[in-house]
Amino acid sequence: MSELSAMNRKKIQSLADKLSKHVNHFSKTEIECLICDFNVLLREQINPGKANGLDRQNFRSILYNKFGMSDAIIMDAVFRTFDTDVDSFISVKEWIEGLSVFLRGTLDEKIKFCFQVYDSNGDNYITKEEMFHMLRNSLIQLPNDEDPEEGVKDMVEITLKRMDYDHDGKVSLADFDKAVREENLLLEAFGTCLPDRKSIRGFEQQVFQHQLEK
Amino acid sequence: MGITLSRAAQWTTASSNIGKLEFTPMNELLLKEILSFVEEFSSQHPQQAEHVFKEPLQWTTTLVASDFKTDYDISDSVVQSQEKDSEGHPLLLLSPPNVYVRSFSQLCKLVHLTNDKKLEEVRACLEDNRNPVVKVLGPSFAAELEGDNQDETRLFAKVKEEEEHKDTDDKVKLFLLLQNLDKQLLIKLLHEISQQVELNPAAVKNEVEMLKRSCGNGESRLLKSIQYTSDYEFSNGCRAPPWRQVHGEICYLVIEPCDSETLYITCSTAGVFLNRGEENDYERTSDTYEDLVSLLKSKSPQFAKNINKQDCAVQELPSTQKIQHVESVDAEEQGQPQRSYEQQEKNVHEKARQQHTANKAGGKMKYEPCPRWKDLGLKCLHSEVHCFCSWLLFSKTSAGALPVEVFSESSTESEEEEEQPERRPESNTDLPSEYWHIQKLVKYIKGGDQRFTVLTLCTLMDFNLMQETCQLAIRDVGGLEVLINLLDTNEVKCKIGSLKILRKISSSVQIRRAIVEMGGLQSIVKIVDSEEEELMALAAETIAIVARFPKARRTVRQYGGIKKLVKLLDCVSNLANLSVRQEKDVEIARCGTLALWSCSKSTRNKDAIRKAGGIPLLGRLLKSPHESMLIPVVGTLQECASEESYRIAIQTEGMIKDLVKILGSDNDELQMHCASAIFKCAEDKQTRDLVREYKGLQLLVSLLSKADNKHLLAAATGAIWKCSISMENVAKFGEYNALEVLVNLLTDQPEEVLVNVVGAVGEFAQIPENKATIRRCGGIKPLVNLLTGTNQALLVNVTKAVGACATDMDNMVIIDQLDGVRLVWSLLKNPSADVQSSAAWALCPCINNAKDAGEMVRSLVGGLELIVNLLKSTNNEVLASICATIAKIAKDKENLAVLTDHGVVPLLAKLTNTTDDRLRRHLAEAIGHCCMWGSNKALFGEAGAVAPLVCYLKSKDSSVHQSTAMALYQLSKDPNNCITMHEKGVVKPLIHIMGSDEEMLQEAAAGCVRNIRLLALANRKVQLFY
Repeated sequence: MSELSAMNRKKIQSLADKLSKHVNHFSKTEIECLICDFNVLLREQINPGKANGLDRQNFRSILYNKFGMSDAIIMDAVFRTFDTDVDSFISVKEWIEGLSVFLRGTLDEKIKFCFQVYDSNGDNYITKEEMFHMLRNSLIQLPNDEDPEEGVKDMVEITLKRMDYDHDGKVSLADFDKAVREENLLLEAFGTCLPDRKSIRGFEQQVFQHQLEK
Repeated sequence: MGITLSRAAQWTTASSNIGKLEFTPMNELLLKEILSFVEEFSSQHPQQAEHVFKEPLQWTTTLVASDFKTDYDISDSVVQSQEKDSEGHPLLLLSPPNVYVRSFSQLCKLVHLTNDKKLEEVRACLEDNRNPVVKVLGPSFAAELEGDNQDETRLFAKVKEEEEHKDTDDKVKLFLLLQNLDKQLLIKLLHEISQQVELNPAAVKNEVEMLKRSCGNGESRLLKSIQYTSDYEFSNGCRAPPWRQVHGEICYLVIEPCDSETLYITCSTAGVFLNRGEENDYERTSDTYEDLVSLLKSKSPQFAKNINKQDCAVQELPSTQKIQHVESVDAEEQGQPQRSYEQQEKNVHEKARQQHTANKAGGKMKYEPCPRWKDLGLKCLHSEVHCFCSWLLFSKTSAGALPVEVFSESSTESEEEEEQPERRPESNTDLPSEYWHIQKLVKYIKGGDQRFTVLTLCTLMDFNLMQETCQLAIRDVGGLEVLINLLDTNEVKCKIGSLKILRKISSSVQIRRAIVEMGGLQSIVKIVDSEEEELMALAAETIAIVARFPKARRTVRQYGGIKKLVKLLDCVSNLANLSVRQEKDVEIARCGTLALWSCSKSTRNKDAIRKAGGIPLLGRLLKSPHESMLIPVVGTLQECASEESYRIAIQTEGMIKDLVKILGSDNDELQMHCASAIFKCAEDKQTRDLVREYKGLQLLVSLLSKADNKHLLAAATGAIWKCSISMENVAKFGEYNALEVLVNLLTDQPEEVLVNVVGAVGEFAQIPENKATIRRCGGIKPLVNLLTGTNQALLVNVTKAVGACATDMDNMVIIDQLDGVRLVWSLLKNPSADVQSSAAWALCPCINNAKDAGEMVRSLVGGLELIVNLLKSTNNEVLASICATIAKIAKDKENLAVLTDHGVVPLLAKLTNTTDDRLRRHLAEAIGHCCMWGSNKALFGEAGAVAPLVCYLKSKDSSVHQSTAMALYQLSKDPNNCITMHEKGVVKPLIHIMGSDEEMLQEAAAGCVRNIRLLALANRKVQLFY
């Protein structure tokens, strides 16, 4: 067992070496921890062994269990954003690169991340339709039996008008960037796609400290 | 018609037959009713319409021949109807300007012909036929109509008996119709009157509209112009701003009459009156009139003349009512404002009865705008009158509160619009769109999930939230509740958004109050120790804005906010080089300090901050290099420095050094807070020394150059004043020529600066060379000039400074020339004890150093009496100062004689029982000096002043011993006093005093003992030889 772990250890270390060149916000040790944790997650996969990564279903359950996310549309979008090579699996590299922004990203990185999440068709614009799609169920009920859908449409119009600085009828990354810098609350305007402080702390504690104890 | 016309209609003159109908809304209503009656008469009662009048109705018409068409025989200007009566007279005859009509059908046709001048015609007709019923039916019928007994059969009999006419039936029916009309008119008028006895916005508006139409050019115009002061009309019809509406004011008008000055008029529910015509000053300056027309009539003769001619081109008068009896109610209220409900009720009924009886008796009550309908009302329509009385009752019981009630009522009517317009500021005529928009957004927040709420909050933030319209709109649509509710959720982003909005809208006083009323402040306080940094900072910042009134500050304290806020201050210890993360902490600490600054305005919070350990934390933040941090920190410290415990802490925690350092910054606000902190702390000697040690004095003097910033100047001069209490500091200030600058500041400064400057000058003048400097710089004159002021703090300082200057002979000459002594003396009449004593102290050197002081004192008429009377004061400081002054005055024998005449001896003797050493010292001095006249020595003895004086020798204060010994020496010249002294055991302490270093004291004590001894010897001799 110890031999195996020694073997593994070497592998992990070299992988961590490689990854640390791409990732800004984690130290090498932290990356090692994350790799180990990733391996655990892989092993826990309900349908393991098929590929070298987390599939969508597993990824969603991680988001739900560890980061308290619940919106299916957003979770899929986050998966899509993590999955940079579009192979429907999150590799260890994608995982750690993603987490770097996800857990410790700067405002710039977060803006980009959120924009990618919200740009569901990847055409580099958030359109009115995309906004509406994401916000569809956000207005629960209104008094006087008004149609909530109308309210959502109204709010989409207002928000688009607010963010669309270049007046092309859709929100580009530049628009989004400017809007968020003006009002930070707009970063996650169309759905929570970043973990809150508490779950970040919980996750980091679990991954880093747990590993260190070993 | 008869009763209505004779009683209800308002005629210009009381005497009948020649009067004109007054130009009032009520008459207008009357005319309209009669007009419609006439117009419909032909169609409704065709048979009666043909009835020929007993006499033709004749009046001056505006109609001309050309107005008539077929059915009429027209020859030249004369027009005759084709219909004739049985005797061949035409039923209508027009021979301009007169017209004669003999039946209702003709009347009806005529009215239809006149088109737009119908009302004019009816008016003219009624005026020229004061009793139309008599003309229509004959005098007997008319009498019957007026009478109470209306039995139809009797009528028939009467008609048959008197008139053998075939159309008797018609006549009776006509009679009944007219009677009916009369009744209906009365009911209508009464109803209107009883419903609205006060002016309302609609009535005012109508009247203004009416008058507007009569403005313009030409001979007959009533007015040059009439204008509202405001174009904006609230939905309740008022134009006065809401806070004035509360007083029942409806609108303000500027009216230019043709022949007099421009009139500035306030229309209120209580009536119409003139105001001062200045902005925001709508107070009443004239009598209250029942309506605009009557006010204008009394103010503009030409208006009165023209309106009585009634030839203005007004077609349509509003069907509104005038106030009735409001004047009388007013008079009552003003006379006896404090009345119980029952009394009021009783009085109302009494008044009604009184008026009623007065009318019956034919007398005219003094305040009785309209006895006609009143009389009627009581007679025929009791229920209506009851209504009216109950209204009166209402108006009286609620006295001042009435207008509010009335308006709140009107606003409930418009509640469907869900807005309360009386709170809306006038200027925002574009309100509705924003209002509805905000209302929609608030609805979205209620119904949306977290994402949607955040988006909505962001949208809401895009409004100009500093604008009152938006602030009040948010409150009025229930937005505040929603925002406050969000604070209690777990959604961090919602809380942040909500706080960002609350922070901004809290710039409004109303919003702040509303937040506290709704318990929002508690929720905000709860957030202060949340885990999210942004939230903590925002919450603290919001508290800083909301806690600007006592209740809010109390709330913060009661919910543990002070402790939480103090905790925020505990960030990094080294504030120089910060990491990004530390910067965030420091920002939170800054927000916390801002909040504490607001809270520190109340004494209990100051204690709470201290108890929570805030002082050392503030001390640590004082080392921050950032002004944005320092301002709230120093602000809080200077606010708290009013407390002794803080002053000590500031000194012992070594904050003086930092404060002096900050004094050297170049931010005015920061310097101001710093200087004012030093101002408060420098009461303490050690602090003053520290300021000097850290070279703060020079900085303070350099601040004097910023004379434009009065707040800064006040703080700086205050600090200089307090620091100059230490003579070492005065010497140091001398190096920076502070006194010269200060003397220049003695003129043209606000009082808060002057108080400090004069205080400092007073302290500086304790050093002899500075007295000369003050004189050289021309400071004496402005100082003396300030003696005529009224600010008590200033007067205390000025008298002190003048007193200090007067110790220099050269200065005294100038003061004397400027009549300064008289000015100081007259300040003894000031009601403030501080000013009295300070003035009296200042008089001492003046009297000492004035040339020919005795003559000067005598020249002040009543001055000595004033001084003696002040011995009746209960303030020990005043007494001590007056005693000191008396000691100086008494050096002049003549003046001493006057003092004695005014009874100074018993008054001084009465004071001898005091235990106050300061008073004892000066009292003994005064007694000593007063002994020099006549039998005063003996009188003091008789008044029992000697024994207590002996006790003074036991005092621990050596200055008391000195003056007492002197006094005893003088008193001992009277043998009886010697006996008393001896009995009280004076010799032993005196012998002790003889051992003093001071010659005067030795001499006095020895002299006293000698006198006692001599008496004893003489006594012995007497015993021996007789």
